[in-house]
Amino acid sequence: MSVGLEHYLILSAILFCIGFYGALVKRNAVVILMCIEIMLNAVNISLVAFARYLNPEEVVVTGQIFVIFIMVVAAAEAAVGLAMIAAIYRSRRTVDAAEIDLMKG
Amino acid sequence: MTLDIAFWILALVCVGSALAVILIRDLFRAALFLVVCFFTVAGIYVTLNASFLAAVQVLIYIGAVAMLLVFAIMLTRDTRRGNPTGKLKIPALVVALALLGVMIWSVVSFNWPSATEMSQMVSTQDIAGLLFSSEGGYVLTFEIAGLMLLAAIVGALVLLRDK
Repeated sequence: MSVGLEHYLILSAILFCIGFYGALVKRNAVVILMCIEIMLNAVNISLVAFARYLNPEEVVVTGQIFVIFIMVVAAAEAAVGLAMIAAIYRSRRTVDAAEIDLMKG
Repeated sequence: MTLDIAFWILALVCVGSALAVILIRDLFRAALFLVVCFFTVAGIYVTLNASFLAAVQVLIYIGAVAMLLVFAIMLTRDTRRGNPTGKLKIPALVVALALLGVMIWSVVSFNWPSATEMSQMVSTQDIAGLLFSSEGGYVLTFEIAGLMLLAAIVGALVLLRDK
C-alpha cells in the first residue's frame, strides 16, 4: 500500500497526542515546553501533507507558508518561555510546574 | 517506492524518539531525543517535496530551539528530580488516547483523494512568490512576524536582565 495523505495525518495525530500527554503530565516546565514543540511539529506535518496532496496538479504552497509562520511563533514562544523559566528558577530555585504558584490567590 | 520506505523508517524513528522524550528520566537525554525527533520531521518534509521547509526545520528547530532547551536544562538542572510525572497520569493517558482515537477515526473515515505523483518540486521561488505577491500575499503577516520576533527577543532580554 503506497503512502498517502492519511498516513501523514495519522503520524501527525500520534505525535500530537504524545506531546499532549507529556504537556499534561510532566512536572518539569522545560519538558512541558519540549512537549509543546512536539505538538507544533505534529501540526506542521499535517499542514505540509495537505499542501502536498490536496492540489497535486498545480503547485500550491499556502500550507508551507503557514508552516513558516508557525515556526516563527514557536521560536518566539521558546525564547520567551525559557526566559520566564530561567527567571522563575533564579528567584524560587525550582522548575517544578506544581510549585510555581506565584499567581495563586 | 523509495519514498514509502523512507516514510516508514522516518515515522517509526519519529514516534519512538517522541515517546523517549516523555519516558526517559534523564532530562539531557530527553533533549537529545527531541533533536532526533526534529531531524526526522525534517526528513518527513523532504518526502513531502518541501525541501526548503526541511532546511528551515534543521536551522530553526535543531539550531535554535533545541539549543535553547539544552541551555535551559543546563541552567536549571535538578538532577535529583530527573523527569518526573505528576499525579494525573491515568486521566491524562485516557484523555490523550481518546483524542488519538477520535483523530484517527476521523482521518480514516474520510475519503481522501488518492496519492498522485506531484508534477513539480516546490521550489523556494514558489514560496517566496506567494509570500511576497501583491494580491493574496502574506507581506503584512510576514512583517508582523518580524515585529513579533523582535518583541520576543526584547522580552527575553528584559526577563533575564540583572536588576
